[in-house]
Amino acid sequence: MSGRTLCQKVWEAHLVEEPADGPALVYIDLHLVHEVTSPQAFEGLRLAGRAVRRPDLTLATVDHNVPTTDRSLPIADAVSRRQVELLVENAHAYGIELHDLHDPGQGIVHVIGPELGVTQPGMTIVCGDSHTSTHGAFGALAFGIGTSEVEHVLATQTVRFARPRTLEARYVGLPPAGVTAKDLILAFIGRVGTAGAAGHVVEYTGPAVRALSMEGRMTMCNMSIEAGARAGLIAPDETTFAYLMDRPRAPTGKAWTAAVDRWSLLVSDPDAKYDRVVEIDATAIVPQVTWGTNPGMVAGVDGRVPDPAAVADPAEREAATRALSYMGLAAGTPLEGLKIDRVFIGSCTNARIEDLREAARVARGRSVAPGVRAMVVPGSMRVKAQAEREGLDRVFTEAGFEWRNAGCSMCLGMNPDILASGERCAATSNRNFEGRQGKGGRTHLMSPAMAAAAAVTGALTDVRRLEPAAVRTPSAATP
Amino acid sequence: MRAFTTHTGVTAALPRVNVDTDQIIPKQFLKRVERTGFGPALFFDWRYQADGSPNPGFELNQPKAAGASILLAGANFGCGSSREHAPWALGEYGFRAILAESFADIFDANCTQNGIVPVRLPASQMTELFRRYELAEGPYELTVSLETLTVTDRAGFSAGFTLDAYRRDSLLAGLDEIGRTLQLDGKIAAYERRRATLLARQAE
Ligand code: SF4
Repeated sequence: MSGRTLCQKVWEAHLVEEPADGPALVYIDLHLVHEVTSPQAFEGLRLAGRAVRRPDLTLATVDHNVPTTDRSLPIADAVSRRQVELLVENAHAYGIELHDLHDPGQGIVHVIGPELGVTQPGMTIVCGDSHTSTHGAFGALAFGIGTSEVEHVLATQTVRFARPRTLEARYVGLPPAGVTAKDLILAFIGRVGTAGAAGHVVEYTGPAVRALSMEGRMTMCNMSIEAGARAGLIAPDETTFAYLMDRPRAPTGKAWTAAVDRWSLLVSDPDAKYDRVVEIDATAIVPQVTWGTNPGMVAGVDGRVPDPAAVADPAEREAATRALSYMGLAAGTPLEGLKIDRVFIGSCTNARIEDLREAARVARGRSVAPGVRAMVVPGSMRVKAQAEREGLDRVFTEAGFEWRNAGCSMCLGMNPDILASGERCAATSNRNFEGRQGKGGRTHLMSPAMAAAAAVTGALTDVRRLEPAAVRTPSAATP
Repeated sequence: MRAFTTHTGVTAALPRVNVDTDQIIPKQFLKRVERTGFGPALFFDWRYQADGSPNPGFELNQPKAAGASILLAGANFGCGSSREHAPWALGEYGFRAILAESFADIFDANCTQNGIVPVRLPASQMTELFRRYELAEGPYELTVSLETLTVTDRAGFSAGFTLDAYRRDSLLAGLDEIGRTLQLDGKIAAYERRRATLLARQAE
């Protein structure tokens, strides 16, 4: 018998039943809840007179809708306010731990789970949000689900899933200096396309992945969904354990030692077979920038806007043509030098402390270019506090960036932070869909360092040109 | 959940690939705390012009697509965000089945939770359906049967599709999935005991 992949190990450890003719019933160790995808689930539960089976395995926070400005004021938008209030009511009614707007632990759900140490290797984790894949960075099997499934998990602590196929994204070699986790994952999405990993759990392997910090690993797993994957995974190792040690919810004492022993077994066996393997030459990756309206429409910053006429598949050609027209770009235009109006450094992809450090390193001693509005939105209030201890807030504000409170903010613009029509934005978030950051807004995705470089130059810029020596490689970023 | 057995209805065609859920239902409509009220906002940014009038160029606004209950869509339909508001909006608009070469995984699950059948057909058959839709003088009708797992029209088109037995049974009978799982309470409780023992043993 051949060995098992990490995905198979975690999957098989959580099976309540796996019938031959349908999806398996999978037990869930951690259910994360936020205000946008949960109200209808709680309402359904209430109407059916059902209880929450395991409030102790459920954790709630507000993030999508919250203002990132002054929190002493009530939320101006009455409908947003209602959604936030409803989560508070539901959490209290069902005995669920909640990190509300005034909690020092408030933040984007995918930032606070790891930060609190509730996200742990070998777990099954779900949340009514597609970027739940983030938690796979710890070797947890983490899936995004819809609201009906949220209700199902609340009531039963299980969910029905078909057994996923596995895909190994194997990075060969180490990336050049100045190339970050964001570039590694964008290069993968560009390679396989936005549906390229559909039905699969992607496990990222190779020395380039091993060398990443936990923040970098979370950035990679976060964007797995943008390749259509069910989830992303990275096997836990010393970096993982060092990150988790002493976190508020991590085990302690003997339980810690036992947990590390158990977690250390969470690797794919050497003879394990993946359903698919994609090899990526890490040494050839340059900083990535998207040019179109999905994250697969991406190129190196040294590249040009592609010519749709050169696309073989008619449907993809049509999509590229539409994308160029929406983005206001002509085929053949060099990406570097493209003028931008806004910069957004934030989101569950790239608003952790390391991301802010990387951006601050570029911003330090420089100024946001005239006519550009740039904003930094930390992923959580803890990240914000840490950044302020390190003086990063002053680096940003002195350079002319706005420094905000934690939330999803302009990643999807459910709160007042949005782009105006036609505005071009350098963003560290994960989606460049039409209208995502505001109707008619044009989003270019990139790493925090690249976004900061765009802010200070007013145009898409290869950050390596800005400061050839100062940008660290992912390997240098390992603690 | 509303049961689905066999449905005959007018077709609308949206031959675009990678249509994401941000397009199906833009974020400004996600603030509702009910499951209803999303139909008028379906494809909002594409469907309406700046002054709020219907955009005559948008596929669903074509006269022959009026009253459509079956959607022909491009590959990877429903990618992106997990928002179930997307199938809620599609369902409320009137769609009972969506036919495409492929669907994003979360969207696919969200559809079957809401009595909407995601029908996967090979590219060649989708191309043929888009062609027949284009050639039809007036509304183009299709029949989707979950009983026989077929898609047919009146002019000889016929294709089979698959759906796993569990979801098919749920849809055919309009079953409440939570109720179905709660019947397995004994198994879930046994799993919880096994897992608690395992964790406790390792923590000793
Ligand atoms: S930051 Fe953006 S992608 Fe992440 S959870 Fe919030 S809205 Fe979703």
